[in-house]
Amino acid sequence: MVEIVLQNIQKNFGDFIAVKNSNLKVKTGEFFVMLGPSGCGKTTTLRMIAGLEIPTSGNIMLDNNNVTSLRASQRDIAFVFQLFALYPHLNVEKNISFPLRMQKMKSSEIKERVREVSQLLRIEHLLKSNVSTLAGGDRQRVALGRAIVRRPAAFLMDEPLGTLDTEFREKMCLELRKLHNRIQATTVYVTHDQTEAMTMGDKIAVMNQGKILQNGTPNEIYSKPRSKFVGSFIGSPSMNFIPIDSAIEKGATSIFIDGNEFNIPEQHEGTIADKNFIGIRPEKMTLSENQGISGEVYASEYLGTRNVLTINTEVGQFKVRVSKDIKVSPLENVKISFDSHSGIIFDGTSDKALQSAYMTI
Amino acid sequence: MSSAINSVRSPLEPSSFSRKSAATLIIIYAFIALVPIAWMVMTSFKSANDAVSYPPKVVFEPSMEGWVNLFTQRSRQSKEYLKSLPPPETWYEELVRSRQMVIAGPSRFLGRFLNSLIIGFGSTFLSVFFGALAGYAFSRFKIPLKEDLLFFILSTRMFPPIAVAVPIFLMYRKLGLSDTHLGMIILYTMVNLSLAVWLLKGFMDEIPLEYEEAAMVDGYTRLQAFFKIVIPQAMTGIAATSIFCMIFAWNEYAFAVLLTFSEAQTAPPFIPTIIGEGGLDWPAIAAGTVMFLVPVMIFTVVLRKHLLRGITFGAVRK
Repeated sequence: MVEIVLQNIQKNFGDFIAVKNSNLKVKTGEFFVMLGPSGCGKTTTLRMIAGLEIPTSGNIMLDNNNVTSLRASQRDIAFVFQLFALYPHLNVEKNISFPLRMQKMKSSEIKERVREVSQLLRIEHLLKSNVSTLAGGDRQRVALGRAIVRRPAAFLMDEPLGTLDTEFREKMCLELRKLHNRIQATTVYVTHDQTEAMTMGDKIAVMNQGKILQNGTPNEIYSKPRSKFVGSFIGSPSMNFIPIDSAIEKGATSIFIDGNEFNIPEQHEGTIADKNFIGIRPEKMTLSENQGISGEVYASEYLGTRNVLTINTEVGQFKVRVSKDIKVSPLENVKISFDSHSGIIFDGTSDKALQSAYMTI
Repeated sequence: MSSAINSVRSPLEPSSFSRKSAATLIIIYAFIALVPIAWMVMTSFKSANDAVSYPPKVVFEPSMEGWVNLFTQRSRQSKEYLKSLPPPETWYEELVRSRQMVIAGPSRFLGRFLNSLIIGFGSTFLSVFFGALAGYAFSRFKIPLKEDLLFFILSTRMFPPIAVAVPIFLMYRKLGLSDTHLGMIILYTMVNLSLAVWLLKGFMDEIPLEYEEAAMVDGYTRLQAFFKIVIPQAMTGIAATSIFCMIFAWNEYAFAVLLTFSEAQTAPPFIPTIIGEGGLDWPAIAAGTVMFLVPVMIFTVVLRKHLLRGITFGAVRK
């Protein structure tokens, strides 16, 4: 088990910068998720850790050893590919034992290891089957088996659940997490699915356009996004951004929106721009009787335990998550208020979150 | 009503009429294509007289004369001399004696046939081996002037190979490669290589990169991954390419006539010389041609499985 550290990693493909000057630290035994929209550089970063791409500049350290220029085969890292990359000309058993056969291991020991892994993954009955006849979930397990059997220093997974259907994906999410708890191997997991990231990760790094925007625990990422992008990318429905038509000074405790005064956490920083935003999660918004931003109900989505209302106001369209017992009909006039403790001010020019009594990271 | 139900079929399936007519067409075509081959096999088992009789005989008394003639050299002797000999020991000696001849020794056919095998398989192996390496490199690596290089390789196929016969003849004489196995193998490899590179590059482009990457992460070097992962998956392509290369090298006539005369002579230039040896010995020629057909037929049939498998291989999930 190793600690993985990326120092000022950059990767250019011609003129295109895939990964920009990124720093990252994955602690020993951590389940680390890299999350971002497609093309954000997360897979490239993973491939650089694996040694399948060589960074243009920067260093990759595994337990304080600089492996930047080492070949993939010399890094002792296992990689699970999005499409599994099971060798179609070998059966399940041979696929799993493939990495071991390289190490000149005794055949009895190989057998024992394969048996152990297939037991762990519950694929013993499939060992003799051809990989092309397997269902998606079983392929997934075989691919995992091939990674685990080697007992590598770290696991890298590139959207391994991406091709599974929803029901199965949730199941595999749990299984993967259970497996990780059991073998406690350092894992870097790439996905564009925030549910996967939130349910599995000890830590999440959100990437966009080649940059790591924020990394922290799922709770930190969700409740204290450091930029507008993170706020809008994480959470479904995503964070509401209410425009504020004035600069906000250091020490401010209230703002005006649509003629209403709202309390906010005490600001530790002031904005530079004149037009700024306050970000509020849909569940931190409420319909209020007396004071609030007035708007008209546009749609109401019933989600079993909750109701998500889409409300059009003078200052924009917002999603509000309310209890299922609140019944409103479309076109009804309502007023929206929000929880004053968790509002985050985002600077209009830099899109960065400002430090406040609440936003402390 | 029942006929309406019977005619219900998926629009993707061909109708029974079109299926039947397709089958009929294929049978007719196969028949036309096979008649000359069947005739050749029949001729090889005819006696010299039956082979040239008119109207042609379809039903005849089989004789091994052609086959015996193919593998032996004989000399005609007087009846008195034949009577003075001890009785023949083998059936083929008897057959030759009945034509008033004795066996003087084995013919050169077997040697020529072996030459064909060595040169054909040798050049096929080398073409496919180098073609696979080059095709892999063109498929996977960034190579400066890649497109131009590929075009250059293809351009060697834009003229008939025989167009360069004279320079090759002179070169081979200077280098001492004339009438050697090595020379012929190099020559056929050279001609086939462009085809092999292009075909195999195409097949390797189809193999997802991830397989090799998986192998490399699993501790294999690129070369090991190439042999363990890429080659087995390119088997269909390799089989197809081998067949093409083999057929060319096996059938090639012009260069063989030009560059080989004894040591390394292949079967194609040898078979016509049978005609000159003892009149028009059609059964022997037919026997030689049948023999010549067999290896390439076996080769194709063996590899055919791979060709068919290639079509139904569905393990790549894309």
